[in-house]
Amino acid sequence: MPKQISIFAENKPGKIEKIAGILGDNGINMRAITISDSGDYGIIKILVDKPVDGCNALKAAGVAATLKDIVAVRIDDSPGGLHKASSVLAKNDINVDDAYGFTIRGGNEAVFVFQVKDVIKTEKILVEAGFGVVGDQELYLL
Amino acid sequence: MFWNKDIETIGRKALEDLQLKKLSKALKDAASTPFYNKVFKDNKVNVDRITSLDHLKDLPLTSKADLRLSYPDGMVAVPRREIVRMHASSGTTGKSTVIFYTAKDIAEWADLIARSMVATGTTPDDVFQNMMGYGLFTGGLGLHYGAERLGCMVIPSSSGNSLKQIQLMQDFKTSVIHITPSYALHLAEVVAGQGVRPPDLGVKKAYLGAEPYSEETRNKLEEQWGLDAYNSYGLSEMNGPGVAFECEKKSGMHLWEDFYLFEIIDPDTCERLPDGEEGELVITHINREAMPIIRYRTRDLTRVIPEPCPCGRTHRRIERIKGRTDDMLIVGGVNVFPSQIESVLMKVPEVGNNYQIVLDRHENLDRLHVRVELYSKMFSGDMKELNRLKERLSEELRALITVNPRIELLEPGSLPPSTGKAVRVIDNRKI
Repeated sequence: MPKQISIFAENKPGKIEKIAGILGDNGINMRAITISDSGDYGIIKILVDKPVDGCNALKAAGVAATLKDIVAVRIDDSPGGLHKASSVLAKNDINVDDAYGFTIRGGNEAVFVFQVKDVIKTEKILVEAGFGVVGDQELYLL
Repeated sequence: MFWNKDIETIGRKALEDLQLKKLSKALKDAASTPFYNKVFKDNKVNVDRITSLDHLKDLPLTSKADLRLSYPDGMVAVPRREIVRMHASSGTTGKSTVIFYTAKDIAEWADLIARSMVATGTTPDDVFQNMMGYGLFTGGLGLHYGAERLGCMVIPSSSGNSLKQIQLMQDFKTSVIHITPSYALHLAEVVAGQGVRPPDLGVKKAYLGAEPYSEETRNKLEEQWGLDAYNSYGLSEMNGPGVAFECEKKSGMHLWEDFYLFEIIDPDTCERLPDGEEGELVITHINREAMPIIRYRTRDLTRVIPEPCPCGRTHRRIERIKGRTDDMLIVGGVNVFPSQIESVLMKVPEVGNNYQIVLDRHENLDRLHVRVELYSKMFSGDMKELNRLKERLSEELRALITVNPRIELLEPGSLPPSTGKAVRVIDNRKI
C-alpha cells in the first residue's frame, strides 16, 4: 500500500527549505506536499517517488520523520468527481483523518489521497465500489 | 565490599570521639587564619571551649560570600610552601572561590574517593572513563586521583567531544564512567545516532554528579545505557566530589562523617532541623589542614535518612539533592524546582533527553514554558497524538507543581546539547 512521509516540524521559517533541500540532495522527487498546522508545530506530509529512501535521508539528517500508510484513489477530474468517492466512504462510515489531492498530468483524472484508521478495509470498499485504488509503485511513478 | 571496613562501619560513639578530636584541631587551624580569626573574635568564640559536638551549632555559619571576601587566601591555615594544589569554582558572578590542599589533603581526598568507588563495587579490574572537566573544576581531578588510588585504569577523557568518548569506550572497554547526568542523556542520543545501542558499549556503572537531577532521570539513564547509576555529591568548598556517595544499595548517599560534620538547617531561620526534615545542608570540613571551613552553607537542599543502611556502613545517608536554595523558581508566587519538572519529563518516552525551562512575564503574569524535543523514534506522524502528548505533559506538570505550564514541542536536536553542567533554566522576567 502507498506511503507518504510525515515530518514533524516547528512552525518557523526555513523548515520547508531544509526538508526540500535534503530530499533534493538525495535525488528524491516530490509528487504532492501538504502541511497540517497546529500553532507552534505542524506535520508536513509529502508524497515522493522513493518514500523509504526519502524517509531514511531525513532521519539521517536528524529530522523526526516517519512513513505513514495512505489510501490513494483515482477520481474523475470533473465536477462531482470527489463527491462520488467520498459518498462511498460516508456510506461505509469511514472517517477521513487528513486528505489532499492532485491532478494527473495530461489526463482528466485526479488522485485523492487520505489517511484513515483502516487502510486495507477502505481500499477494499473503494475497489468494490468500482474505484481505482492506486498501488504504491504506480503512485510513485505518476 | 569495603575499602576501609573499620572506619566505614565505626560505631557512633567511636565516630563522635574521632569527630570531636578532628573538630578541635580544625577549629584551632581555622583560628590561625585571618578570616576565622576575625569571625571568632567578632562572635566571641573561644575555640578551646568547644568541648562537645553539640557546641557546633553555636558557631557562626560560613557562606559563599565569605569565601569570596577572603579571596585569594584569607582562609589558608598553612604556610604557602606546604600547599600543593588549588582548585577554583567558576566565578559566574563576581570573584571565583579558591580552595587549597596540602599533599596530605590530596592523598586523603583520593583515599575517600577510592572508598566511595569501592562502596559501589568498583575494583582495580575496572576501566574508568572520567568525563568530567579537568582543570580548576574539582570533578575531573578529584575522581581521577581516587580511581588511581583504587587501582583502576583511568581514561582522563574530560568532558565533551562525544565521538571521541564513544571511541574510547569501545576501544578500551570502559566499565565505569563519571559524567554529569545531562551529558549522559546527550551522549546516549549521540551513541544511538551512530547506530550503536548504548548497552552494547558494555559500561556497567555510571557516577552521576555535579548537578541536581531526579530519580526518574536515573531510571531513564539506567535503562538507556543498561547500567547501574550511582549518585555522587560534592562541592569544591568541601574538596570536590566524594563528600557523599551511594553504596551498592543505591538508596541515598553516605556522607563520610569522619571527614565532615553535617547539619540540616532551615535556610530562612538558620535553625537546625530535626532528622528527616528537608532543609539546607551545612558542612564542616574536619579533615583538611590547608583550609578548614566551619559550618559551610552549601545551599543544597536535602534531608537526612536516619535509618541505618543495610550495607553495614554507619555513616549516615542524605537524600539526593532536591535543588539549591537559589535555584528554586518562584512562578506566580508558587515555589517550583527544576528537578520537579525534570522528574515528569523523564517518565515520558515520547520526548527526548534534553529540555529547557523558560520564564517570562506577560501582562504582569508569570509564564512557565517547558521546551522539550520530540523523540524521533516515537513520532507516529499523527497530529492528534502530538496534541495529546502536549496535553498529557501539561496535565502531569500542573498536578505536580500546581503551575500551568506552556509546553513547547520542538524538533529533535533543536535545544543546545549539554557537554558539562547543563543550563536548563532561562529566566527572562524583568523584575
